[in-house]
Amino acid sequence: MTRLRQLIRDNRSNPNAIAYAVMAIAAVSFPAIAQFATGGNADYLVSLAADGGVFVLLAIGLNVVVGFAGLLDLGYAAFFAIGSYTYGMLASEQLISSPIHHALHVPFWIALVLGTFIAAGAGALLGAPTLRLRGDYLAIVTLGFGEIVPRFFRNMKDWTSGVNGISALDVPTLPFWITGPWANTQLAIEQNFRFVSFNATAWYVLIIILIVASVIGVNNLYGSRLGRAWMAVREDETAAAAMGVNTVNTKLLAFAIGASFSGFAGAFYGAKLSLVSPDSFGFIVSITILSMVVLGGMGNIPGAMVGAILLYWVLYKFLPDAPQQVSALADNLGFHSLNVVTPDWPGIAEFVSRLKFILFGLILVSIMLLRPQGLLPSRLRSQELQRGVHDESAVVTS
Amino acid sequence: MIGALARTLAALRNFGNSNFATLMGLLVVAVAVVLTIQHVLQHGASYFFQILTIGIADGSIYALIALGYTMVYGIIELINFAHGDVFTLGAFVSLALFPLFGVKEGTSGLGYVIPLLAIAIITMGLVGMVNVAIERVAYRPLRHAPRLAPLITAIGMSSILEGAMYLWRGPYRLHYPDLLPATRLNINGVSIGVKDLIVLTLAIALAIAFTLFTNLSTLGKAMRATAQDRDAAQLMGIDINRTIAATFFIGAVLAGAGGIIYGLYINNVTFDLGFISGLIAFTAAVFGGIGNIPGAAIGGLLIGVIAAFNNGYFDSAWTEIVIFGILIATLVFRPTGLLGMRVPEK
Repeated sequence: MTRLRQLIRDNRSNPNAIAYAVMAIAAVSFPAIAQFATGGNADYLVSLAADGGVFVLLAIGLNVVVGFAGLLDLGYAAFFAIGSYTYGMLASEQLISSPIHHALHVPFWIALVLGTFIAAGAGALLGAPTLRLRGDYLAIVTLGFGEIVPRFFRNMKDWTSGVNGISALDVPTLPFWITGPWANTQLAIEQNFRFVSFNATAWYVLIIILIVASVIGVNNLYGSRLGRAWMAVREDETAAAAMGVNTVNTKLLAFAIGASFSGFAGAFYGAKLSLVSPDSFGFIVSITILSMVVLGGMGNIPGAMVGAILLYWVLYKFLPDAPQQVSALADNLGFHSLNVVTPDWPGIAEFVSRLKFILFGLILVSIMLLRPQGLLPSRLRSQELQRGVHDESAVVTS
Repeated sequence: MIGALARTLAALRNFGNSNFATLMGLLVVAVAVVLTIQHVLQHGASYFFQILTIGIADGSIYALIALGYTMVYGIIELINFAHGDVFTLGAFVSLALFPLFGVKEGTSGLGYVIPLLAIAIITMGLVGMVNVAIERVAYRPLRHAPRLAPLITAIGMSSILEGAMYLWRGPYRLHYPDLLPATRLNINGVSIGVKDLIVLTLAIALAIAFTLFTNLSTLGKAMRATAQDRDAAQLMGIDINRTIAATFFIGAVLAGAGGIIYGLYINNVTFDLGFISGLIAFTAAVFGGIGNIPGAAIGGLLIGVIAAFNNGYFDSAWTEIVIFGILIATLVFRPTGLLGMRVPEK
């Protein structure tokens, strides 16, 4: 108990520790609170949160590439697509209609690992010839790669069903599962559990476990020799090389490790949605993930997570719900005329839904103008910004 | 195991600048050229010239957009994602001006040239001012912020511009008046559209005028000086903010003109048109050597022709893959583009 109190006292003013604590408490209590608040109809919300978890994983992975190693990746969704398609082809009936005429049903847990390695391999293959390029040139290569991959999957109709995508993917199974009031049922142990799509809580628990494992892994990497090499390369590549850092291998590892996260995030995404379609991996997805990392605070793991949660909420809950909310508000305030559709006026709900692009853009621009370092910046980076110098002690302690 | 992996990776890494790789690259290009020639011979000369003029006309529009990208990149090293949407804005603004000037589809003769010119000048001016405002609001305050911050605001601005056009005209495919003559010239049995000729003449004339401007005028000199070394330019008495604003203005003027020419050529526009056109034009800028003005123009033309050939002789579903594949190959084998100079790293 005294140790806990000591821990709290030490970290009281550490924004990262606070962010982790708040996120942990929120993650654990979210399903129960949501079920309680909506009177047991929160499956939709929990499922949405599980989808949001995919973006948290993606942001953690992209943060390794962009935040730690300073390599701008504008095509991160390509690796996400590779992970999803790997799972889609390995764990469904899809390959029966392909030239090999034989379906593989690789179990989810093995496919998760396979997807991770295949995405990492794709990252290494793309990175190997291109990582000699500096700065923006690398960004452009990744942009091109991100445009090619989804189109390639769309065009390879024999293997991937083209625009229709791959559907009816296998679901993960476990020997047993504990369910209880947090999922709106009695406390019980289920044997031979299958992750069916309507069991939102199970998916939610699974993604939280994946996120926790990723955070622990990335945190260890951050403090490791490799992590320090990443920072060194990011700050000054020439100086890092002079200090004996193998800059190309360091960058290659950042690329491959970053890609691996989107690989298993992709496998989870495919399994949960039970559909892999080439439209889910466009440039806009890469840009959204990048915005999450930059908005949250580049180079800081809880920052990227906060950015991902916030932007996901804005994009998938706030903006889609806004039209109905505004419409109801107009009714309540007595402006019924705003809801009447005329040839010149599409109705307030339609008007607000047309505002979504502008609102999204305004959010990006205003956060960047108000906090260019992001919402929860890494200490090292914020010190650089404030003083314009590298603080050596910050390097050691962070 | 790890040693073998490291050796494989090292081999892959060195692949890009080895002679073998260059040879392989040339081989791929040669195969592509031979295949194209084979298809060209199959379909005959008339079809070839038709495709070629379409390619050059498309390419000259890409070149106009690419010029704005390359100038902005040259001067503040920002990939201005909003630039493609500035191009669309040019098409939308001019579309709204047509009824005001009484230009209607079917108006023939030279009578509509003067209103069209007036519309073009107003559109280009408006779009230029919008781009200057974007620079003032979204990029200038972040000039000393981390590199990625202006990139994110550029994406935000792109979204705002698209949103504004969406709000204005909705998600529909809008018809753009077809004003250019539909007649075709017949030269030795080869049929060439007058429309294509007008489009490529206009676009190339604008690109040349612009290149002369940057090479000869004082403002152009100030722009080049700022691009080379901002601090030194400032010490020489160049007003950096004004020069950068002027760059954004001129870039948008070209993009706006490109928007009008696109509208007249293709005859329909949508609010999200700038997204893919912008990416392709950006590829053109990189292909020619980013920051290099003649490079952007030549890159635009080449990309247009390659795209038209792929659409005309092969499968159009693969066109964008080919274009972005060229982008990656250019950067791997010749990172500074076709005309770019190798700059020592600072």
